[in-house]
Amino acid sequence: MGNNGFEPRIVAFMCNWCTYAAADTAGVSRMQQPPNVDVVRVMCTGRVDATFILKALALGADGVLVSGCHPGQCHYEKGNLNARRRVTALKPFLDAVGIGRDRLRLEWIAASEAPKEAEVIAEFTETIKQLGPSPFRRRQEDD
Amino acid sequence: MATLIIDGQELQAEEGQTVLEVAREAGIEIPTLCYHPFLEPHGACRLCTVEVIRHGRSRLETACTYPAWDGLEIKTRSPAVVQARKVILELFLSRCPNVPIIQELAREYGVTEPPFPTDDPDEKCILCGLCVRVCHELVKADVLNFSQRGIERRVGPPFLEKTRQCIGCGACTIICPTGAIESVLKQAAIYKEKPLGPASAIYVPSLQAIPNVPVIDTDACIRFRQNDRTEGHLADACGVCEMVCEAGAIDFDQQDEIIELDVGTIIVATGFAMWDPTQLAQYAYGQSPNIITGLEFERLSNAGGFTGGEILLADGHKPERVAIIHCVGSRDHNAHSYCSRICCMYALKQAHLVRDKTGAEVYEFYMDMRAFGKGYEEFYERVQEEDVFMIRGAGAKVEVLPNGKLRVKGEDANVGLVVSLEVDMVILASAIEAQPDADRIASLFGLGRTEDGFFAEAHPKMRPVETNTDGVFLAGCCQGPRDVPDTVAHAGAATSMALALMDKGEVTISPAVAYVDEKLCSGCKTCITLCPYSAISFIEEDNVARVNEALCKGCGTCAAACPSGAITARHFTDMQILAQIEGLLRVPA
Repeated sequence: MGNNGFEPRIVAFMCNWCTYAAADTAGVSRMQQPPNVDVVRVMCTGRVDATFILKALALGADGVLVSGCHPGQCHYEKGNLNARRRVTALKPFLDAVGIGRDRLRLEWIAASEAPKEAEVIAEFTETIKQLGPSPFRRRQEDD
Repeated sequence: MATLIIDGQELQAEEGQTVLEVAREAGIEIPTLCYHPFLEPHGACRLCTVEVIRHGRSRLETACTYPAWDGLEIKTRSPAVVQARKVILELFLSRCPNVPIIQELAREYGVTEPPFPTDDPDEKCILCGLCVRVCHELVKADVLNFSQRGIERRVGPPFLEKTRQCIGCGACTIICPTGAIESVLKQAAIYKEKPLGPASAIYVPSLQAIPNVPVIDTDACIRFRQNDRTEGHLADACGVCEMVCEAGAIDFDQQDEIIELDVGTIIVATGFAMWDPTQLAQYAYGQSPNIITGLEFERLSNAGGFTGGEILLADGHKPERVAIIHCVGSRDHNAHSYCSRICCMYALKQAHLVRDKTGAEVYEFYMDMRAFGKGYEEFYERVQEEDVFMIRGAGAKVEVLPNGKLRVKGEDANVGLVVSLEVDMVILASAIEAQPDADRIASLFGLGRTEDGFFAEAHPKMRPVETNTDGVFLAGCCQGPRDVPDTVAHAGAATSMALALMDKGEVTISPAVAYVDEKLCSGCKTCITLCPYSAISFIEEDNVARVNEALCKGCGTCAAACPSGAITARHFTDMQILAQIEGLLRVPA
């Protein structure tokens, strides 16, 4: 299966206060962005357990985006820093299991940064398109 | 008690009083140049000479040094006294022909011309020794003293050279009756570094200060400075404020106090900081004393300030042309991208003040005039009618010219020309920004901050005074730039929110909080260090963690981190989120 016509499926974990609000604003402002991303709202990126990311990838997601407030501006003070630690720790594991670290991305997008949100979504979708379908998805589709 | 007669009046004197003091209390005027109530009398100028009649014998004595003994009869205006004072003033006038106070006194006694040849027409010192006494008795620096003898006698520091003993307090300049000590000292004094600071070391912080009491600036106060300088060996210098305070309210031992209170609600009103214009070199702030910020201008034009409200240049002259530059550090991607909101209106007010007080030409460099409030547009129109020149365009550059004047360059976008103006004073309407320690306050109260550094409100439209920490409210500029009416309204809202909460007596919390299944909890304490609100405590006897639901904000960090899966974040449980993920991915794309 080639990359032609490949539409990736991306799961985005967005924090309620920053990125989710930014995504909301981006939508209300009718900013164009690819439809490949499905959003799971959490109160804080600190809530994002590694299990969630792995589960999404295991179920065939081609990419996972975790996005919350900028460091120092976390609604819960430092939940985003915990998320950063988890994502950083998870990346080598993704390499090891053959998924690749580039399929997991962490971004800081404040509530006021709707254009950045649209940009990140577009850019990440493009990256995943370049990477092609995730090995798990290929296996699922082969079954 | 002693009874004495001065000019026919029978007066009572207390033990230790001098004739001069008794006379002054009774309102009898005796001229003097070398007397000061806080200093030991010296009898140097001899002008207070009076006729003292004791045991029937009459003598001329100086009233400032003569004790008010019982049974004295004093004449302050007898012919002998007048004649003696006239001679003294003739000598003074011959020594110091150009000192106004001596000319005036001499004229009173009929002396209009110096009867003797003068050595130096610029001589002002009459060797009264007030400066020597103040330096010795009050400042206790002992810098000044007499040297030489006879006609060579003079006052000065040792060998008339600069000395490190001098603390530059300026007491000698202030006390000198003839102005002989140059104001050099005053200029070299500590306030050189902060020319817009208070005029004296003890002052009321502002006319509206609450409580409205004076404070002592310990960096400037002679007593504290001498104490610090000598490491406590000189603890009783000056103290003039203590001597004059009839209420006995001066307490030099007062220390800063930390008061601990148990409260239910807190209003954070920590205000703003002024952005420092030296960060953008084009404004040349700090390169000339005539380039000042809006806040410094307020100090300058304040009636309680050091010029008494006169708008003056650093050299004491009135400015003839003043430029006001808006948006200094605001709406500028090199500094703060937000609008500081207050500057347009205060800049207009300052333009009005300059026009009103000095009549100087005023040039306002503005990008957009944001006269947004009630009556503001009308004020803008009024200022325009006062012949203030409005130049639409940011002031791009300020230069200090070799002659001390300032050149402001900018673009007038309305006519499409580059403007270059030579002015005497530049007022920078500098931005307001979050306090430098806002991060500390934020973590203390669990507050969020917006991108601009100010504290985040719970919702920008619907909950503008609440924060995400229940019971903590925001008032004023700590939440964002705002002017006085808006701050008052904001503070009023914060107080009523706080009162409503206290009146209710209980808080409503979100149901989305974390919960520990104590059967699964292994007691590892991972969650306790992670919780930003200290909502999880460890129960030693049961060896489990427990969530205080009143403190928990439901971020879920603990639930994600719990190694044994004992913590559930309600409304965002693992099951719910995993179900969402499954739901998203089960349907083939």
